[in-house]
Amino acid sequence: MDQLRMTLERFGGVNLLPVAVAAVAFVLIGAPSSWVTLTVAGLAMGMMIFLMASGLSLVFGLMDVLNFGHSAFVSFGAFVAASVLGWLAGWLGSDSVVLNAAALFAAFTAAILFGLAAGWFFETVIIKPVYHDHLRQILITMGALIVAEQIILAIWGGTPMNVPRPGFLEGSIIIGDVAIEIYRAFAFLLGLIVYVALFATLNRTRIGLLIRAGVENREMVEALGFRIDRLFVGVFMVGSALAALGGAMWAGYETLITPALGAELMIVVFIVVIIGGLGSIEGTLLGAILVGLVANYVGFLAPKLALASNMILMMAILLWRPNGLRPAVR
Amino acid sequence: MTLLSLKSMQTNIDQYAVLHDVTLDIPEGGVFVLLGRNGAGKTTTLRSIMGLWKPSPGSVHFRGRDISGLHTAEIARLGIAFVPENMGIFGGLTVQENLVLATANGSFDQDRLERIWRLFPALETFWTKAAWSLSGGQKQMLAVARAIIEPRELILIDEPTKGLAPSIVDAMAEAFREISNNTTILLVEQNFEFARALGRDMAVIDDGRIAHTGTMSNFVADKDLQDSLLSLSA
Amino acid sequence: MNDTLTTGSLTVKIIVLLIAALLLFAPFLFQDIRSLEVAARICVFIVLVASYDLLIGYTGIVSFAHTMFFGLGAYGAAIALRQMGPGWDAVLTGAVAGAFVSLILAIAIGLLSLRVKAIFFAMITLAAASVAMVLASQLSQFTGGEDGITYKAPDLFKPATKLAVTDDGKVARLFGVRLNGKLAAYYFVFITCLVLFLLMLRLVGSPVGTVLKAIRENEARAEAIGYRVVAYRTFVFCVAAVIASLAGTVYAIWLKYTGPDTALSFTIMIDILLMVVIGGMGTMYGAVIGAVLLVLAQYYLRDLMGSAAEALSNVPVLPFILEPDRWLFWLGIIFILLVYFFPQGIAGTLARKGDKA
Repeated sequence: MDQLRMTLERFGGVNLLPVAVAAVAFVLIGAPSSWVTLTVAGLAMGMMIFLMASGLSLVFGLMDVLNFGHSAFVSFGAFVAASVLGWLAGWLGSDSVVLNAAALFAAFTAAILFGLAAGWFFETVIIKPVYHDHLRQILITMGALIVAEQIILAIWGGTPMNVPRPGFLEGSIIIGDVAIEIYRAFAFLLGLIVYVALFATLNRTRIGLLIRAGVENREMVEALGFRIDRLFVGVFMVGSALAALGGAMWAGYETLITPALGAELMIVVFIVVIIGGLGSIEGTLLGAILVGLVANYVGFLAPKLALASNMILMMAILLWRPNGLRPAVR
Repeated sequence: MTLLSLKSMQTNIDQYAVLHDVTLDIPEGGVFVLLGRNGAGKTTTLRSIMGLWKPSPGSVHFRGRDISGLHTAEIARLGIAFVPENMGIFGGLTVQENLVLATANGSFDQDRLERIWRLFPALETFWTKAAWSLSGGQKQMLAVARAIIEPRELILIDEPTKGLAPSIVDAMAEAFREISNNTTILLVEQNFEFARALGRDMAVIDDGRIAHTGTMSNFVADKDLQDSLLSLSA
Repeated sequence: MNDTLTTGSLTVKIIVLLIAALLLFAPFLFQDIRSLEVAARICVFIVLVASYDLLIGYTGIVSFAHTMFFGLGAYGAAIALRQMGPGWDAVLTGAVAGAFVSLILAIAIGLLSLRVKAIFFAMITLAAASVAMVLASQLSQFTGGEDGITYKAPDLFKPATKLAVTDDGKVARLFGVRLNGKLAAYYFVFITCLVLFLLMLRLVGSPVGTVLKAIRENEARAEAIGYRVVAYRTFVFCVAAVIASLAGTVYAIWLKYTGPDTALSFTIMIDILLMVVIGGMGTMYGAVIGAVLLVLAQYYLRDLMGSAAEALSNVPVLPFILEPDRWLFWLGIIFILLVYFFPQGIAGTLARKGDKA
């Protein structure tokens, strides 16, 4: 038994969990082409959720701040991007791939800029007065979420909104009898790029070093002469911007969005962060991929169970590892 | 000359007053030892100096300047280093990263680094290892090394010998003696043997108040005083 | 602080007694159907909010699953009344089943997450509550899905039931109020809620309540003294869950309809949060004040806002602000400001006043 565990650890330990899930699903599903489609869908969904969840996890790890309003950034990102795409419908409709891409780029940039600004506002105005007070933090961020949702309702109305997609992301690539939606592949790639960038920042730069140290022991970093609170504003803004980007990606993925989107995704984001372990982006990625895969496999195998599957996954993992799969070292 | 002076410092943690009245002058140079029973307020004194808890009322003056309102990070930038009781090592970071973080601008001064390696050879051996994998003694060495990787005016050290093997305690004493040649050390200690060998001046804190100050040699000579203040000879 | 009788805390108690008296005589004081609706809703929400206050105010943990327990009690009664027909056996079965499932769930959630980190608890309860909501809409053969379930209450509560008759066989009147089943139903709601509320007051005043306060003030210290914090928290969570479930049952009997909007929606959770914060956390009496204010505002202020917006439709900006749909927006703002500036709510702030004098 111990030998088995050692071998597993050497090959990546808990990181193998998504692979194991995929293998079990392969056996259960039986049809390889369906399995590939579902796996790609799961990975794409996982990456988008990773974008939304990574900021929340880091913010909590660094400052012990849990922002229940985080999903507002996701919603705003989705609606801002959808509006920009709507205004640039002309560019989207043109035959030029460059104009298509420019419209998409503009939409994502708008979402990110909005996320940065909203993150700054949230951190300095809403959360700063209630550092170190979890109860009031939860209440205030919840209140902010209510207000943010009402603002979205007031601006965009309650009816579902169509999100136009650029032409070059429509359709599927067909390899043999396997069809892969291009948008899903795109979502996966973009998520991967963000993950690599985050990972490099955290592990190769001085700021990253400070963040990792701060997640472990905030006081000691301050006793070494660094203002964690100033660093925190930056982390909070980046986290919010990533959530907005995730929302923008999600809008293009769903192509029809409602103001309830943030609230629906918030549950998934929380589950991902809990499963992964708070404070580490490796854990968040692992949790997000797991949730994405399980949601898609179960949705295919037992549609009735699909919505409860995330919850069951979370319960199982918490029973096994109460602090999540890969929490930051404490 | 007085380096650090605490003026009727009073610190509350939640509703509980931990320090009632701590008034103390710490001269520049050498090792100043702060003794006291468990729960007397030794750690709280160090944390209050560092700004991790805010004394009110009362004040902390460093080289004549009131630093009690400053942020912990600003206090550290004045040249005060802190080695907490739990050592405050970043376990997920390597030994190297732990030390890099403690430098002012992210690069090592080669002379100081070699001095650290000379004092604590183990740190060079485990340079790229994650800090959580170090032994307790090695972690303590890393914590002290972090405090001297940059020139400091004052180092606050909280019970560095707690739980360490005797051989490591000796190495630690040797290191402190060397460090104290050019840096003032404020040492909180329960291990009286360790403290008496190092300290030049000393004070005893009891129930949140300074109960005695004087030189270490006088205190060592006065057995009655030791018994009445510490009753830790056991 | 709350135990000494200051002018402030006396004021709070007088207000609460006044509310109790108004609720007791509500059918006689306000003789229209809508007012009775409001009074019954106030009774139920007082219990619901007070049970939530046990959690948030006395242990400092935030749960988002309180509507889930409320809904379990409501759906328990609704399904039992639907399947078994209107009778007291059905009411009892529903109440017990709802409370039992709530208890099991509360134990499971509590043991799973209270042990780890208080902040996990908020997230996990939120996730659990959302799953419950999804299940209620998916298992439509039991729950009626989005449409909910309508059913009949026990015969005693039928409007046609005559509690007392005059000589010529008509419903007797007392001070002009018909002594019919509707009246019986209201007093059923009132008395059950009163009993549940008094039970909670008793719990808070008992030694257990003292321990809870100690835990809230300083968790680490309470742990060090030797109190088993996790056990106490789980216990309170279970008590709160069962009481919320019973409140759900009572409300289901009163409404004779149970659906996601009346028993399970997240809006109710937000209402509870608003009520407990506005009224004042950790006082029990705050729950009474908060529930009364918010239910009244929901029923009357919204209409007022609507008519004001209409009347001022020519004035710029004002109609936009007064739009009834903006209701939740303003509540959210008020909520945030309250948490910042009056974290003790109305009851807490009032009680404080006497302290200084």
